[in-house]
Amino acid sequence: MSITIFVPCDSAALAAGADEVVDAIHKEAAARGLAIDVQRNSSRGLFWLEPLVEVLTPQGRVAYGPVAFEDVPSLFEADFLQGAKHPLCLGLTEAIPYLAKQQRLTFARMGVTRPLSLDDYAAHGGWVGLKNAVAMQGDAVVQTLLDSGLRGRGGAAFPAGIKWRTVRATTAAQKYVVCNADEGDSGTFSDRMTMEGDPFMLIEGMAIAGLAAGATQGYIYIRSEYPHAISTMNTAIALAESAGYLGSNVLGSGQAFHLHVRKAAGSYVCGEETAMLESIEGKRGVVRAKPPLPALEGLFGQPTVINNVITLASVPIIMAKGAAFYKDFGVGRSTGTLPFQLSGNILQGGLVERAFGLTLRELLFDFGGGSRSGRPIKAVQVGGPLGAYVPESQWDVPLDYETYAAMGAVVGHGGIVVHDERANMAKLARYAMEFCAIESCGKCTPCRIGSTRGMETIDRIGTASNKEQQVHLLRDLCDTMLHGSLCAMGGMTPYPVLSALNHYPEDFGLAPAVATAH
Amino acid sequence: MESTQAFSQQELIDQLVQNHAGQAGSLLPLLHDIQDQLGFIPASSVASIAEGLNLTRAEVHGVITYYHHFRSTAPGKHVIQVCRAEACQSCGGEELWALAEKLLGCKAHENSANGMFSLEPVYCLGLCASSPAVQIGDKLHARVNEAKLTRLVQSLETAA
Repeated sequence: MSITIFVPCDSAALAAGADEVVDAIHKEAAARGLAIDVQRNSSRGLFWLEPLVEVLTPQGRVAYGPVAFEDVPSLFEADFLQGAKHPLCLGLTEAIPYLAKQQRLTFARMGVTRPLSLDDYAAHGGWVGLKNAVAMQGDAVVQTLLDSGLRGRGGAAFPAGIKWRTVRATTAAQKYVVCNADEGDSGTFSDRMTMEGDPFMLIEGMAIAGLAAGATQGYIYIRSEYPHAISTMNTAIALAESAGYLGSNVLGSGQAFHLHVRKAAGSYVCGEETAMLESIEGKRGVVRAKPPLPALEGLFGQPTVINNVITLASVPIIMAKGAAFYKDFGVGRSTGTLPFQLSGNILQGGLVERAFGLTLRELLFDFGGGSRSGRPIKAVQVGGPLGAYVPESQWDVPLDYETYAAMGAVVGHGGIVVHDERANMAKLARYAMEFCAIESCGKCTPCRIGSTRGMETIDRIGTASNKEQQVHLLRDLCDTMLHGSLCAMGGMTPYPVLSALNHYPEDFGLAPAVATAH
Repeated sequence: MESTQAFSQQELIDQLVQNHAGQAGSLLPLLHDIQDQLGFIPASSVASIAEGLNLTRAEVHGVITYYHHFRSTAPGKHVIQVCRAEACQSCGGEELWALAEKLLGCKAHENSANGMFSLEPVYCLGLCASSPAVQIGDKLHARVNEAKLTRLVQSLETAA
């Protein structure tokens, strides 16, 4: 009987040499005349351990990592096929503390199943939510989502059920469901992992959205920087169609739902929902003024449900286990779990799905193990390039939407980028303005021009003799961008800039008193 | 020889335009197809794209130039994308970028003098937990330090 070995096919595993490891395993097994079955699973999201090789034993899966192709002969030598000891052995995968301490709802299958296996998906709870939704009235589906308290995981945290209800209530010849998979935030990869690792979950969530909203067409807008996600989603859609989960009669419901992948083209602002709609329509990704809301006039002018990947991917478990089950997780109005993404200068970078309410300190040290460089952590940017830098004094604040908003920060899409003591916060603040200048769609003045003026002003704070006036100017400019921009691109660029200025004035060559004068 | 090539390129573009006619919001998928086939979107194709999709040339040109992904000139044999976003910066991404410029002898969006390489900044490859990240052609590389980038570039040079 052959022994089953798992080697992930996630981009992060490939980038760490997973294919080379697979080749080496096949070669070594052949040389030793051993029968093995190598399965390409999704990634557990413990990226410092990739490539993470698992062997199926009677006790469960035993993990080894990070495995380089050079390590493969010694693994065979140590009899890893029987789960034997080796310097890279991590014991039973499920018992690895990083994994064992998580609350994996959305990411429950991650690393367990093969991404494109319909059998694996069905065997691990797949399609239950869709089957339940087909058996329910659309209103009841929407009500379940409302009751779950699920809020948009893309960053804006708008209640998903309200969007669905709005679209459902419209009368139109054509309605759409659009999945925003333009995951451009540095420090985030949960959308990528979902599309590469558990694509049927996203398809299931979108099909439920289609049934509930009365939409027969869906689009997934995926960034061009994610070629593996694009090809996995395309294959998964074809498989789901042939199995009757998509197409002209979804699971015999009599309702149609057709799904298409649209490849983005490297524009960060197209992650803003109206710019994304323009892009899908084949235009420049220029932000639209709201109103009209996309729920009423969205894609091609029709009512459109727009949700992020993780929002839609959270729907199947809510429909499978009920709103109360999901709502049990989290705190206050931040219900459920969020896949936090630990990245940057962190020893144990990866995906941590936990209920809202844990603290940054727990993530950084209990999970992350401190900085990768071994130097003290100086600043942590939470919520992507438009999120605030959070200093150590705020690391014990619970991570939920309201508490973070109250301190002028955002949870956003759950990206957490760690910088050690070598980070120059003035440089990072300047970079935030520079990034805004590069990516601005150019429609509104505060973002288009403010970003460039912001870079210049930060430069002058470093060199000019009238620092105090330059700081005043920068704050004034940030105020204009914050209140006068059409979307979050210009409207939130001040978050990293001002948090850097407020918490790390010394990096700007300022005494603390100057920077906090306002 | 050159005219034959130009002719076949035009034929290809016409064929691709035809493939996408009637598709909702077809311009981006069409531009992707052209770039996937040719490596770039020739300025000479703008007129036939506009005509085929019933758009103005200004609209087509506007879309090509708006998106960072689309290029109007031929890339080098190997496109090297170095991530310049925060998570990579926190682990030496900027030093890596400077080294890439030095190794290839060109700046952002340029080709190396021998035409072998194109250097492109990228803002996130989604490998932020294993930064700094680099993509060469279709191949992703995580935790790239200066020695590793030098080795990768040299191996492509020797392979040529």
